[in-house]
Amino acid sequence: MAILIFLAFVGFVLGLSFYYGSKTKSASGYYAAGGQIHWGVNGIAFAGDYLSAASFLGICGMIAVAGYDGFLYSIGYLAGWIVALFVVAEPMKRLGKYTFTDAVDSKFNSRGIKLMAAISTLIVSLCYLIPQMVGAGVLVEPLLGMPHAAGVIMVGTVVIIIVATAGMTSTTYVQFLKGGLLIVFSLVITIAVLVRGFSTKPDQGGKVPFHEYATLAADVKDGKLAPSDAAWSVVESKAIKNHTFVKLAKDGKESWWMEEEKDGKKVFEEIQWESLKAGEAKVVNGESGGKLRQVGNLVSIAGDSAPEAKTGSVGPFEFLAKIGDKKTTVLQWKLEKFKDASGADVTVHYPYTTAGSKLMRPGVKFKVEGTILERIDFVSLMLALFLGTASLPHILIRYYTVPSPAAARKSTIVAIAAIGFFYILTLYMGLGAMTHGVVNPLDNNMSAPLLARSFGTVLFAVISAIAFATVLGTVAGLIVASSGAVAHDLMDRYMKIKMDENQKVKAGRIAAVVVGILAIILGIIFKGQNVSFLVGLAFAVAASANLPAVVMLLFWKRTTAKGIAASIAVGVVSSLVLIAMSPSIFKQFGLDPANAPIPFDNPGIVSIPLSFLTLVIVSLMTERKLAEGVTE
Amino acid sequence: MFHEPASQGGKDPAAPYKTRLGLWMFLVYALIYVGFVAINITAPVLMEAEIIFGLNLAVTYGFFLIVFALVLALVYTRLCSSKEAELNETDKGKDA
Repeated sequence: MAILIFLAFVGFVLGLSFYYGSKTKSASGYYAAGGQIHWGVNGIAFAGDYLSAASFLGICGMIAVAGYDGFLYSIGYLAGWIVALFVVAEPMKRLGKYTFTDAVDSKFNSRGIKLMAAISTLIVSLCYLIPQMVGAGVLVEPLLGMPHAAGVIMVGTVVIIIVATAGMTSTTYVQFLKGGLLIVFSLVITIAVLVRGFSTKPDQGGKVPFHEYATLAADVKDGKLAPSDAAWSVVESKAIKNHTFVKLAKDGKESWWMEEEKDGKKVFEEIQWESLKAGEAKVVNGESGGKLRQVGNLVSIAGDSAPEAKTGSVGPFEFLAKIGDKKTTVLQWKLEKFKDASGADVTVHYPYTTAGSKLMRPGVKFKVEGTILERIDFVSLMLALFLGTASLPHILIRYYTVPSPAAARKSTIVAIAAIGFFYILTLYMGLGAMTHGVVNPLDNNMSAPLLARSFGTVLFAVISAIAFATVLGTVAGLIVASSGAVAHDLMDRYMKIKMDENQKVKAGRIAAVVVGILAIILGIIFKGQNVSFLVGLAFAVAASANLPAVVMLLFWKRTTAKGIAASIAVGVVSSLVLIAMSPSIFKQFGLDPANAPIPFDNPGIVSIPLSFLTLVIVSLMTERKLAEGVTE
Repeated sequence: MFHEPASQGGKDPAAPYKTRLGLWMFLVYALIYVGFVAINITAPVLMEAEIIFGLNLAVTYGFFLIVFALVLALVYTRLCSSKEAELNETDKGKDA
């Protein structure tokens, strides 16, 4: 049933693409929908473009494990629209060009700008494509039972077909459709969460019984902690950080437990675990090929905890107030990895409690109370989110799909209203997942669809199909922007390759296929990373590479072509280098994050000012040369 | 066709006004956004303080940033549209 609904929806989206694709004949139709899309449709399509896999999957997932820190992405992404609307939208539209490269090059006709801007568009689009592809892989795992890589390849292939055969007109209407549906169904999930209310023993509406984790009494025997019940024996123990994990055996069956102290007495607490020995099937919680239980619940609801506290339906403000109450505590899960005595790779997932009041303010993921560097990392993220929106090529290109600057303005307002409303819903969906026992301990990206599944298979299938279409649409928009950069900016404008109208469209389609394949490969490599975090990095690259060029071109008359080209180059290179040397990327590739040469994850605070500074210095230097008669 | 603009914008006498207005509104919003970031890094515990309907400062400020963006956007487009209408009328008057 779920798969049928899913396939029907995705088939409908593809059918729509082909229908509009058959109408696309000219290059202007392919790239910018002929500049004739209605502003209202374009506004929701803006939302559809923007509310990518990152917004839906990543933000909800991050809120589900880090509380308010995930919502910071919602705030930052939305605030970025202010920069887009007030600073960039209309002047860019007045320049009347198709692509970012054309726009920044409109005053100069410089080969240097064409080259750098096209490369920047390609790189930013690729950076933004990675999280979308990771999101695609995450989606198909529980829905179709396929591995991550199969999902990534499937999305990549479908989008390559859409873009290579249709173009921008199709994606505008597809984005409109799925942008609207995403908001409507997110509202449905939010209302369902509020109606269900809170329970300290959430059972997914009766579908999945709440699992009571066992506790074993323990005594010290021969100087070591051991279960009081003689039927249990200690096999081995492993101390990691402040925790001791113990492998116990009973009736020949082994399982991992955690030492804890309860009411002043030492006990063993049941945890979840995975064990993988070379050449054998993975054992999960004692079952070969088993699955981890979904987690996340309230231990105490505003001080009410035993034996099972319930609230019944709650209002939207009451929902947030209950979680943020000083007496509310939430049970969350962490993991540690190690090798046991038999050489098996073991992952233990263990619970810990966090005060609701702490989860409802920044500080869990972003260490705002930490060192200066940790605080700088937070500021850097907020800066990149604020400045990144206006710099995304696939968002910029949508300014060209409406007939006038006034229409671009109205589109942006529709987009802000739709996106702002959706972002408020992410807080409810994320916190709903956190407290309703639906978080996958291995990958938080699926929190919102899994929350939907707790309300029924139909809602799960519909929301997964919308999320999948979200990925399709966003990836399509990005690949159009990338193929435009290659075929239009690089081949036609920079290399001056003589091509007729058909050849240009063909070149764009070939470029789309190549970019699509690259995106598939990167989507597989970055499996497991929170997609919103990855988008944050793409925003930093976009803001560093593109924003200084756009803003200074519009507002500083002394800007020169070489200044723009240099600032784009410095922005791209500096942000990518800083990201490559950051702790998160070290961790992603199995290196020790403590050895990362750059101590923070978000590069924006260094790379954005550096790019601005480069533009100013190079412009002043080359302006003087121009004045002295040296031609540019 | 390939190198032509997606659509040609006509003469826009309101452009300087809109640019100035946009920059001012951006500045107002940016200051409030900076305030949010500043509280978070200097006094994060303050974000736990209850403000309205049982909501803490973090949630209230976050919602405010989202709603205020929309309010500013609506004011901006209203002012821009009035100015465009006013200046277009003046232009027509001159043409006549």
